[in-house]
Amino acid sequence: MQEWPACAIETAKRRGASYADVRVMDIRHREISTKNGEVGTLAESESLGIGVRVIANGAWGFASTDRLTREGVQACAAEAVAIAKASALAKIENVALAPEESYVDTWQNPFLKDPFRIPVERQIDLLLGADKAMRAVKGITVAEGSMSFRRIEQLFASSTGSSIHQIKMQSGAGIVATSFAGTEIQKRSYPNSFGGQHMLQGYELIESLDLVGNAVRIAEECVALHSAAQCPEGQKTIILGSSQLGLQIHESIGHPIELDRVLGMEANFAGMSFLTTDKLRHLKYGSDIVNVVADARLEHGPGLGTFAYDDEGVPAQCTNIITNGLFTGYLSSRETASAIGEKRSGGTVRCESWNRLPMIRMTNISIHPGHWDYDDLIADTDDAILMETNRSWSIDDKRYHFQFSTEIGWEIKGGKIGRMIKNPSYSGITTEFWNSCDAICSREHWTLWGTPNCGKGQPQQVMGTGHGAAPARFRNIRVGVAFSK
Amino acid sequence: MTMPKTQPKQSTFELARIAERVLKFSDADETEVDVSSATDALTRFANNTIHQNVAEQMLGISVGAVIDGRMARATTNKTDDASLRRVVQSAISLARNEPKNPDLLPMLRRQKYQKVSRFFAATAQATPQDRARAVTRVCKMAEKSKQTAAGIFSSGGSHSVMANSKGLFASYEQTRAEFSVTMLEKNSSGWAKANSPDIRAIDPEELADSASQKAADSREPREVEPGHYTAILPPAAVLDLVGFLFYDFAGTAVLDKRSCFTGRIGKKILGENITLWDDVYHPLQTGHPFDGEGMPRQKVLLVDKGVVKNLVFSRATAKKMKAKPTGHGFSLPNEYGEAPMNLVFAGGDKSVDEMVRTTERGILVTRLWYIREVDPYEKILTGMTRDGTFLVENGRIAGGIRNFRFNQSVIEMLSNVEMLGKSVRAAGEESFEMVVPPMKIAGFHFTEVTKF
Repeated sequence: MQEWPACAIETAKRRGASYADVRVMDIRHREISTKNGEVGTLAESESLGIGVRVIANGAWGFASTDRLTREGVQACAAEAVAIAKASALAKIENVALAPEESYVDTWQNPFLKDPFRIPVERQIDLLLGADKAMRAVKGITVAEGSMSFRRIEQLFASSTGSSIHQIKMQSGAGIVATSFAGTEIQKRSYPNSFGGQHMLQGYELIESLDLVGNAVRIAEECVALHSAAQCPEGQKTIILGSSQLGLQIHESIGHPIELDRVLGMEANFAGMSFLTTDKLRHLKYGSDIVNVVADARLEHGPGLGTFAYDDEGVPAQCTNIITNGLFTGYLSSRETASAIGEKRSGGTVRCESWNRLPMIRMTNISIHPGHWDYDDLIADTDDAILMETNRSWSIDDKRYHFQFSTEIGWEIKGGKIGRMIKNPSYSGITTEFWNSCDAICSREHWTLWGTPNCGKGQPQQVMGTGHGAAPARFRNIRVGVAFSK
Repeated sequence: MTMPKTQPKQSTFELARIAERVLKFSDADETEVDVSSATDALTRFANNTIHQNVAEQMLGISVGAVIDGRMARATTNKTDDASLRRVVQSAISLARNEPKNPDLLPMLRRQKYQKVSRFFAATAQATPQDRARAVTRVCKMAEKSKQTAAGIFSSGGSHSVMANSKGLFASYEQTRAEFSVTMLEKNSSGWAKANSPDIRAIDPEELADSASQKAADSREPREVEPGHYTAILPPAAVLDLVGFLFYDFAGTAVLDKRSCFTGRIGKKILGENITLWDDVYHPLQTGHPFDGEGMPRQKVLLVDKGVVKNLVFSRATAKKMKAKPTGHGFSLPNEYGEAPMNLVFAGGDKSVDEMVRTTERGILVTRLWYIREVDPYEKILTGMTRDGTFLVENGRIAGGIRNFRFNQSVIEMLSNVEMLGKSVRAAGEESFEMVVPPMKIAGFHFTEVTKF
């Protein structure tokens, strides 16, 4: 692994690059899924290759290859320089990077049990156990389970002398019960929808989730949804469960603070952001109790956005994004930090694999816990809907207007959780929504959720992000519009 | 200096040699190997300059091994003997440690495939300079119009080979090119996009001109009350909505009762003017003429004059549902079965201009965005309009309006189509490419409005 970066950087410099960085990545992945008592997918993959990014003639070029021979790596580096020189044809000004020290380091995230050393039959048995428990509930038409493990070993090197070796181990699992009855399909997931919970941990994460122990509960809830009351339409107080709040943070805080979006670099595909640079340290993003950070450091927790160095060699940092309600920070790269006059990158650049260009991605975008005990929050709420587990999500291309629906809801009346509500949905404008937050639960109810499927960029890259959240209350929110006639 | 081209590095012959080596290394009961080679390049521009410019070359070797009625898959991108032996052993080891699969059928023997030709030398030979020159012209157009351009221009090609230990051999090669452009003004934007296996079929300046016009026409957008409107959707917007139906036509989705066609097959649930097929052989379509199991793909009539007529089936699903396989199965093992990937809608003879002229009050859309499913059985989708949304009054475009959120059942939408235009190969962002017409739809439900 060591020889290829040096070879690529040397070639790039010889061809005229003023800067070069290289990522060699060796990625191993195991994927298991079950459906209705049978194994669905059972697959392993490995992928090893090199990506070379250069600046030549003041413009960017990137090339990648899996031909890891001296000739293959040299050809790849030469291609990156040739592409940069082609980019310079449409150049307005030279690329400028915020300064950064060089680092020589090695890092691995801590984990207890290597998931690739756990026998695959044990992993299948666990999923089939949960599957059996879900199907034992009358009315369940599809029971599904999945597990995913990823080991990413990467070596970053730059023409300024950095050489950083990192190994990350990610694990995740989840189960889903689906029920069709009449003219309705209902679904319940545990511990979260769209793949469950994922963290920078080993198999100990899977064992801590108790998939089998929660299977019957979610299956029963799924069937019960068919006879639950429809979510009403109107203005209501809502309480969001922590995983739904995590996705709300992802969509309405995490994406709009990406500085490449703000600066128009994603205008054609992912869109831009309402958070123009004049709003930094001026916009009241949320109520006074809303404090949000972008924290890639291990001390924040083993999230999917945790690392020691980002993919352009910048150390992990914690950036205050919202401070007592005030908008105070962006997610930045060396190039975008320089563009807005910041002294240093926020260290948020990552790539999906060796064949993808590193770009700004969310790290762990988390809301600080508040002071409310969950039971006290419910008792303090007179008339509201409690919504849990995301079912659908959508937001406009500047991240103003959103609509979310969740798998399940409950009516709260007079401080008590009452009847079940089906098809809950809510919508609003980002800043109005966060300014309506009047209660956040405490650290005991805070979870660092993993979103393994965040898409961005062209060619599109899928990245894991982390979101720490606790249940929270929001006032005067529009509910039920998704099913309005 | 010789500029890098986007032609795949390995030829079909070389991929076949890798497949032969894999099959030789395997002692599984049955073995399937898929080998693919791709070279792709993408030039990305924003703020009237190129800000990302990338190229990649990749090889993938995917091995499916069957041991005593169990099947698993392992994938690598390394071609040395030790790595190929390891990937085979990895698939075998995974298969040995799972329960038997009662639905697993013997692998297919040699099949006959219809020839399709979708590899164009002009696309394969496109260079970064070719793309940069086109982008530079588009950026200059933007500057001249006091607009800002953002977008992509990509080109690439791939070869793939599928072989198994029963003698099946299939191969396919294809090139692809795509240009997408957004033109921005202070408070408006316009968008256009096209893709084709043949780069010569794409005219970046014509697309940029269309996007530029939309940005200019939608300046100073006003806020209009949400509600039910006649909606005029160009092919890209139609594509991104109807694309959500593709898995509903899978036999497995109906078997699992999670298709919106569950209990509705043979019934007229869409309008008389809706007919569609899955047809990989259509001249505007792309894709392999064989499925993930090596079955030849068939043209399947899915909806005839509003009646859901047929589904698509993998071999295992066909056996369960007492139907014939249609060549739409995914690579095994998987839990999803199959899906039609080459939808073709029958079109009509109306132009978008005629749709506007005949509309008393309605909304003309450019593009839809962030579409997600709200209700899987009624097929209610939510999403936003984007990059040029217009109010139509008394048969004329009355100006740009702020973007709407919609919550709309696709089934209901396809029952309310008042006019259809000519079907074209459309490119959106939420769905793979299909052949769809523009549509004029009555009573489209726009539920809320955003700030821009």
